[in-house]
Amino acid sequence: MIEIRIHGRGGQGSVVASKIFAEALFLEGKYVQAFPEFGTERRGAPVQAFVRCGETPILVRSNIYEPDHVIVLDASLIEMVNVVSGLKRSGFILINSDLGSGNYNFPEYRVALVDATKIAVRHKLGTPTTPIVNTVILGAFAKITNLVSFTSLEKAVRDYAPVKIDENVAAAKETYENVKI
Amino acid sequence: MKKLLMGNHTVSWGAMLARAQVIAAYPITPQTQIVEELATLCAEGKAKAQFIKVESEHSALASCIGASAAGARAFTATSSQGLALMHELLHWAAGARLPIVMANVNRAMAPGWNIWTEQTDSLAQRDTGWIQFYCENNQEILDSIIQAYKISETVSLPSMIVLDAFFLSHTTEPVEIPPQELVDKFLPPYKPQYKLDPKEPHAFGGLSSTEYYYELRYKIQKAMERAKEVIEETDEKFNQIFERKYGLIEEIETSDAEVILVTSSTITSTARFVTEQLRKTGKKIGLLKVRVFRPFPSSEIRDALSNCEKVAVIDRNISFGSGGIFASEIKSAIQKMGKQPVIFPFIAGLGGRDITVPQIEEMINYTFENAKPKEEILWRGLKYENI
Repeated sequence: MIEIRIHGRGGQGSVVASKIFAEALFLEGKYVQAFPEFGTERRGAPVQAFVRCGETPILVRSNIYEPDHVIVLDASLIEMVNVVSGLKRSGFILINSDLGSGNYNFPEYRVALVDATKIAVRHKLGTPTTPIVNTVILGAFAKITNLVSFTSLEKAVRDYAPVKIDENVAAAKETYENVKI
Repeated sequence: MKKLLMGNHTVSWGAMLARAQVIAAYPITPQTQIVEELATLCAEGKAKAQFIKVESEHSALASCIGASAAGARAFTATSSQGLALMHELLHWAAGARLPIVMANVNRAMAPGWNIWTEQTDSLAQRDTGWIQFYCENNQEILDSIIQAYKISETVSLPSMIVLDAFFLSHTTEPVEIPPQELVDKFLPPYKPQYKLDPKEPHAFGGLSSTEYYYELRYKIQKAMERAKEVIEETDEKFNQIFERKYGLIEEIETSDAEVILVTSSTITSTARFVTEQLRKTGKKIGLLKVRVFRPFPSSEIRDALSNCEKVAVIDRNISFGSGGIFASEIKSAIQKMGKQPVIFPFIAGLGGRDITVPQIEEMINYTFENAKPKEEILWRGLKYENI
């Protein structure tokens, strides 16, 4: 079983990201479970969402404490939330950041960076001040983890994106091709 | 068609597939998306139901009572404080023998304000005459709603489909959505024996003097007793069409078990994983899922526990001054057994505190290692005993 934790801020689309990625895995025949952090979410406040996937039905229904991989939708969260809490050794931490990898010190993990904000703005996803980066970063995540094909991810994005479907797909494709490890 | 659905939306789809004709509901976290999705399905014309906007849960159930008395298939959904506000009308619906189905998302009662899962809200309504199903996953939610209408309309008692806050209500997972034709085949339109009809007047819920009231109560108990058979028969018919069944209880590895763990709701799912793991290490552990709480499946539970020495019950609920409510019912049920197993009454996860794999393992190990429980209530996961 693979467990994924997504860190974001309320309104960035962390929960939808968890559902889209679960859908992509489901399309490839995996058993999946996606759920949000069970709290009272507020816009801008730190939030989490989770995905479990496996080859057999997912039975465990407790929270995720030791994820295999972590996605960070907003790099400023790293200063206030322990984003690698419980992360398994050699797990990926994928950060939406415009900085170089030298700025992040996670020696036990594989750090991957993508400037999802810039790409989201260029594709006019959300507004320039509050870009929607959730679908964008999933392209990079699919690429580095190799958990799903881009074809499945694209289909899942098309199923879930409420507006600007082609732009969401194009942006995800761009991070799929440009993510830096 | 298999589709990813969150628990709350699964409830809405279940009501749509069951062809609920009148839906009256009031939103409350963590149930809100049930109402939102039902409103959307009705607005889009996918659900052919009259959606009644109401100003409270009390009015929601009152609307369902009126609709059901008029012969319509009625549905509502609520949680916690909302269910408590319905209390008076819960008695009314059962007393009037109306086959209403509702979903209740288990949420802890306030104060302190808490939106997370705990079974005390629905278990506190156990004496109102509603059939109660506690669901383990989203598929079971969908299937139980469809089954519940058939059961309720057969025995003329309302049904409550219960699901954990967040661990089901907000969890998205694959659900097999049966084709409408098959659901229609399983669940034909509701044909009430008596209904509100201006052409043929009847009075409902009128004065019942000492001459009659006692017998009316007796008949509700008899209907509840009959409901056990009807639930099993309905489950079997459902299985023939949809190839899924759930039973009143489910036994996993119980036949040679020395210790049997008794669970309900999503704790069962995590406990299945723990049981599988511990069986691989040679531990003779079994699992008993209690799906139906009213009518309580006492004889089925006695049979399931007949060969084991000890029983660990996990309750995510409490009756203050007594203890865990499932444990209490099970202690009562085993009185008829010649050799009774020792009951280990655990309480865990109140107010949505997580119940993890290591915690369930610890409860099982404690039961194996001790001849009897060292305390009246075995509290687990308490962080601040002297707060």
